[in-house]
Amino acid sequence: MSAAPILETCGLTCRFGGVTAVDNVDLIIAEGELRCLIGPNGAGKSTLFKCMTRQLRATSGDILLRGQSVVGSHPHQIARMGVAIKNQIASVYSGLSVRENIWVAGRRLHRGEHLERSVTAILNEIGFAEPSRFNLKVDALSHAHRQWVELGMLLATNPIVALLDEPAAGMTRDEMLKTIKLIRRLNESATIIVVEHDLEFISLLAKRVTVLHRGAILLEDSMANVARNPLVREIYLGKQWQAKQ
Amino acid sequence: MRGAWIALSARYGTALLLVVLAAVGPFLLSQFNLLQLSSFAAMGLATLGLALAWGYVGILSFGHAAFFGLGAYAYAIAAINFGDSTLAILLAVLLPAAFALLLGHFLFFGRVGDVYLAVITLCVTLILFSFMNSTADPWYRIGAATLGGFNGIDAVPPLNWPGKPDASLLPADMFRLCFVALAVTYYLIGRLLRSDAGRILIAIRENELRSELVGYDVRLYKLFAFVVSAAVAGLGGCLFTANNGYVGPTVFDINQASEFLLWVIAGGLGTLAGPMIASFAFQYLQTFLGTNQVLNTPLVFGAIIIFFVLLVPRGILPSLRDAANVLVSMVRVVRARFRAEQLTERRT
Amino acid sequence: MDHLIDVLIAVVTGVAILTLISLGLAVIFGMMRVINFAHGEFIMLGGYTTVMATRQGVNVWIAMLVLSPLVVGLIGAVAERLIVRRFYGQIVTTMLATWGLSLFLIGLVTAIFGNTTRGVAAPLGSVAIGAYSVSAYQLVLIAITIVVTALCFLVLARTRWGLIARGTMRNPEMASTLGIDPVRVYAVTFVIGAALTGLAGGLLAPISGVIPHMGAAYVARAFVTVISGGSALIAGTVSAAGLFGVVESAFSLIATPVIGQAALLIAAIVLLRVMPQGISGRWQGVRS
Repeated sequence: MSAAPILETCGLTCRFGGVTAVDNVDLIIAEGELRCLIGPNGAGKSTLFKCMTRQLRATSGDILLRGQSVVGSHPHQIARMGVAIKNQIASVYSGLSVRENIWVAGRRLHRGEHLERSVTAILNEIGFAEPSRFNLKVDALSHAHRQWVELGMLLATNPIVALLDEPAAGMTRDEMLKTIKLIRRLNESATIIVVEHDLEFISLLAKRVTVLHRGAILLEDSMANVARNPLVREIYLGKQWQAKQ
Repeated sequence: MRGAWIALSARYGTALLLVVLAAVGPFLLSQFNLLQLSSFAAMGLATLGLALAWGYVGILSFGHAAFFGLGAYAYAIAAINFGDSTLAILLAVLLPAAFALLLGHFLFFGRVGDVYLAVITLCVTLILFSFMNSTADPWYRIGAATLGGFNGIDAVPPLNWPGKPDASLLPADMFRLCFVALAVTYYLIGRLLRSDAGRILIAIRENELRSELVGYDVRLYKLFAFVVSAAVAGLGGCLFTANNGYVGPTVFDINQASEFLLWVIAGGLGTLAGPMIASFAFQYLQTFLGTNQVLNTPLVFGAIIIFFVLLVPRGILPSLRDAANVLVSMVRVVRARFRAEQLTERRT
Repeated sequence: MDHLIDVLIAVVTGVAILTLISLGLAVIFGMMRVINFAHGEFIMLGGYTTVMATRQGVNVWIAMLVLSPLVVGLIGAVAERLIVRRFYGQIVTTMLATWGLSLFLIGLVTAIFGNTTRGVAAPLGSVAIGAYSVSAYQLVLIAITIVVTALCFLVLARTRWGLIARGTMRNPEMASTLGIDPVRVYAVTFVIGAALTGLAGGLLAPISGVIPHMGAAYVARAFVTVISGGSALIAGTVSAAGLFGVVESAFSLIATPVIGQAALLIAAIVLLRVMPQGISGRWQGVRS
């Protein structure tokens, strides 16, 4: 695993409506990492993701993708540079079929025969290989299936960095395990940052965890150390983790 | 298999029907009807542009009348000046398209929100109306054509056969041209929507944010659809003017702007045939109502719009489709029950 | 000097008229995000109420200040109950429904009263300013506009009702947990907006006369004024009306009223492009 940072934020701050949602964040993600971002509700995790994909404009600070500053880019430009995001609220084409969703995402990179093959491969991976399955409209799917479609769309755009905002929210344990498989598959070619609350999920996936609190980074360490840290316990893990011991 | 048949007939059926009408019409209809229907067809053609931009791509613009009117005036002025209609037609299509390119750049690259886009396009249309309405003084002229203010431009030359400036199209020929143009435009827009670019446009309408996050420059795609819709509107305006021999500022007024929107919503957002059919139906209804004082046009149209919005919000065609689906599934249930009864009868 | 005063009064009158026609819309669109395309027709109905009432012998001031708001408020209540209420939150559908309502009202008035311009004489005669004589009614109109605007501001900002209205607009769920019925608040707000618009129509009747299609001239200007005003309802609308009113009056005086209208619309387009949040959007700092 190379140690060069693929994604870096320098003093990233996002302020609006009188609230400082992201406070001077210096985040360094190495290439190929699978980092987890945790923190209580309102800590600023989703806002940080939105800043990094330029859905929100940062108030100050910089975002570096492979050393290149992207803080002034348009959302579609940063997407073209290989940053993909799965939003907290599944952002898919609800009125279109599963296949069409993947097709549209993949069309940005391939076309014609190559595209069709790529789409078929991805549909297999996310478990929608049959026409009876992939012709369904996405809004008819369950929440978990919708998340997988969105993950499929991310796979189709072949990103170098993938930001996943609560990919396992509302899933059963089996669904969660399948999601982990998909994420590991994504990690083969992309650096991943995951926001999650589920402890088992985090411990199965992540090596390094960043804790966010009130928009600022509290600490960064391995999951085990983070869990032991009394400060973190105080703001978040506390009762849950102790109960598990 | 049946699904494929339906899809195919939807794709080619409407276009073929229009071509058949074009061929057969002049033998069956009076001169007056030919002229009237040509006019309707020109409007229907223009409506297809808005059906694309709003119905499929979600750009709610009150400016469609602006493009229609620009095409209408461009044709009138060019035809009067050149004496030959061929170049005039080209100008009638290009001028609105160029204007749409400028305006669209302003709207989409300026990240103006949906509501503001609607308001700004409305303003543009009204500005054009105000301006054209006030050019009554003979000083306002472009070449040999006086703009005429609220009187409009009279004696606009009809279309002529390309290369033969003196050979004007007869009403029968004009009728055929209008309906064939309508058929071709309908087919081409349908083709565009089925192409890769069209599918992306539809996806943009579905979820603009997701399309951006996937990496599409949504602004460019919207601009493209906007310009195409303007060109189509311009062509409609051109045919309309050539057919009637007259153009006035009312092509820009708030009534015309609202008519295009009405036809698209009544016909159904997300369909092409619906708005086209609705435009014919409403135009015919309007001539039928005529200058009746009590049952006047705004009264009836207003009531119809309210009716549609309250009871049939998705428009005629989608609601008809839904109704048809319900009927089909009802028929299936009845058939299945019938077969089940037959089976149980045989057993006993 | 007298000429300057004359011009000044003309400009201020223009600003006042723009403010009047926009106030009701500021309440309806600014607070509720309801795009009421029948706004011009509410003005028209206010005008017709005044004209028809004075024909029947009613005192012109009562007709303008009491009857017009009442009648249009009532019509607004009916429209809200039957049509607008169903589409809260659906911007496009509301636009179309109110557009249909607008056409319907035009048709109705045409059917009942015909298509000719009716008028009512401006009360109060004229006032001499040096060599110029100015319609005294214009001055009264300006005064009434100031009073009405101030009243609106006070009610919204200082009274309990204003607080309830503003709170419900921001967060209807919260309001309902506090025992406030959002639907009723919306209904009352819409009616008040309609009444204000009817008042504007009544006050304008002596100046421009009434004809079924008159609404079209007002609806675009009112909308651009309210939208350009931004989120601060009264202050924003007044600012925008001030800016656009001056632009329109200036160009009307220099050239023609048509050019004046065009200049207003162009100014609005430019302003919205430069300040997408409206004039008052800037006051709270830029949102991301």
